[in-house]
Amino acid sequence: MSFPVQANGSSRAVPTSEASFFWRKLSEHRTALWRLASIGLFFLVWEIAGRIPISFAFPTFLETLRAFVTMTLDGSFVAAYAETLQPLVIGIAISAVIGIGLGIVMGLSRFAEWLVAPVFIVLQAAPMAALIPLITFVYGIGLLSKTLAVIMLALPVIVLNGYKAVRNANPSLVAMCYSFQGNLWQRITKIIIPDASPVIFAGLRLGLAAGFIGVILAELLITPTGIGDLITYHRSVANYAEMYAAVVSIILVSTLTLAALEAFELRVLRPEKRKS
Amino acid sequence: MRNITAQAATAAAVPAGSDVAVEVRGVCKMYNEVEALRGIDLDFPAGKLTTLLGPSGCGKTTLLKIIAGLIPATSGEIRVNGQTVTGPGPERAFVFQDFALMPWATVMRNVAFGLELKGMGKDERQSIARKYIAEVGLSGFESKYPHELSGGMRQRVGLARAFAVNADVLLLDEPFSAVDEQNRRKFQEDLLELVEKEKKTFIFVTHSIEEAVYCSDRIVILSRRPGRIAQIIEPEIDRTASPDAIRRDQGYLDTVEEIWQGLKRYVD
Repeated sequence: MSFPVQANGSSRAVPTSEASFFWRKLSEHRTALWRLASIGLFFLVWEIAGRIPISFAFPTFLETLRAFVTMTLDGSFVAAYAETLQPLVIGIAISAVIGIGLGIVMGLSRFAEWLVAPVFIVLQAAPMAALIPLITFVYGIGLLSKTLAVIMLALPVIVLNGYKAVRNANPSLVAMCYSFQGNLWQRITKIIIPDASPVIFAGLRLGLAAGFIGVILAELLITPTGIGDLITYHRSVANYAEMYAAVVSIILVSTLTLAALEAFELRVLRPEKRKS
Repeated sequence: MRNITAQAATAAAVPAGSDVAVEVRGVCKMYNEVEALRGIDLDFPAGKLTTLLGPSGCGKTTLLKIIAGLIPATSGEIRVNGQTVTGPGPERAFVFQDFALMPWATVMRNVAFGLELKGMGKDERQSIARKYIAEVGLSGFESKYPHELSGGMRQRVGLARAFAVNADVLLLDEPFSAVDEQNRRKFQEDLLELVEKEKKTFIFVTHSIEEAVYCSDRIVILSRRPGRIAQIIEPEIDRTASPDAIRRDQGYLDTVEEIWQGLKRYVD
């Protein structure tokens, strides 16, 4: 959060000494500082818990960090993610295209809503992990099954968010477009989609998060490859620090991807939010 | 001030010979079982500002939206410049109570949006938009977003957007109700200047008696639901006087008082 800057030299623009400049800089980045402090506190608690220790299988923060750095440097993360990201990227891409398309159609047409919505409402409620063995049974243990696992977890939330966003597009803006003789295509592309985009993107972020769950589940339940293999292997040989490092790495990758998606949304679709 | 009864108005309006921009003929509107408007016959003279005034729920906004073609009448018809209305048309432009600005678009794009929908090229529509942005007093704000503007400024954007499509008839649905009192007064004064300058027909919905008397050439008072024409008043205020003089003018005050006496029975 930054304070509004007085542009035209009004009463607030008093000459600043070095100290107050420092404090102003600090307050500009206050949110970031608090976030860092929160993460730092979490690591501290982790370190203490590891040193007590609360469990024989629970490494300290510093041990995990050392394992993390080693695994990053020796290339085992690079190799693992090259495998893990394949079904994830394919699955999310398919889910995004189908999900947003279906969501928009369902939002615009009561018939499509009636036809499709119940399926996805049931799918969203269903415990997907229970269905993953079934996928293996039908599609084997290859890339296809893992991609399907990602789609099954990611698609419902993307579809349902898209559909709700379009259905709840601001009626006043829709009426405005109609009153200026916009046709149906203009109404959809110029009003409904931009107006719905924050909720559509919220759906995409949730879908991406669910996709990460899907791919890890697939790698733990179907065949141990990629990051799932790292976790399974290090657990089986009791390298707990390495196992935790792998878990932390997937959390890190998923968080960074979600943040990148959010940044993309602000940059491309809602310029007014970036400016504020 | 001239007081015309409903019957006399419809009789008088037809042979008067003055240009009629919008004709409302026998319009009724039912919302399911609720009767919102009953048998409205009304003429809106061209180049004048006519106000629809009435208690809340009298159907004044409904009538305006029927004229705009945004909602269909249950029976009756609307003619604009002699043409029967079936939906929105290029000869009418609407100004929304809640502004209806696209939050993701700049002032420039919002004002030019009506032209953008018509498929006009970017340079051409921006130069037209720039002219009307200046006319409503927002020069320098072209690249701002709606959330950076005050309520009054946002409605000026809505007004500029309606002007930009060069419609003959401007339909304003309680345009100042979401604008604070000081800005509203200034805005009313500016609006009168624009009415004078643009020579368009304005149809204005409001629930403020002072606003109606101050701005209008003709005031149509609707009764409570089902909405019918209760009274038509022409304030006949000397608009060459300064805004402050008008607000202290005895004729102005008397008209406000008379309308209030008429409307009082609808208030519970």
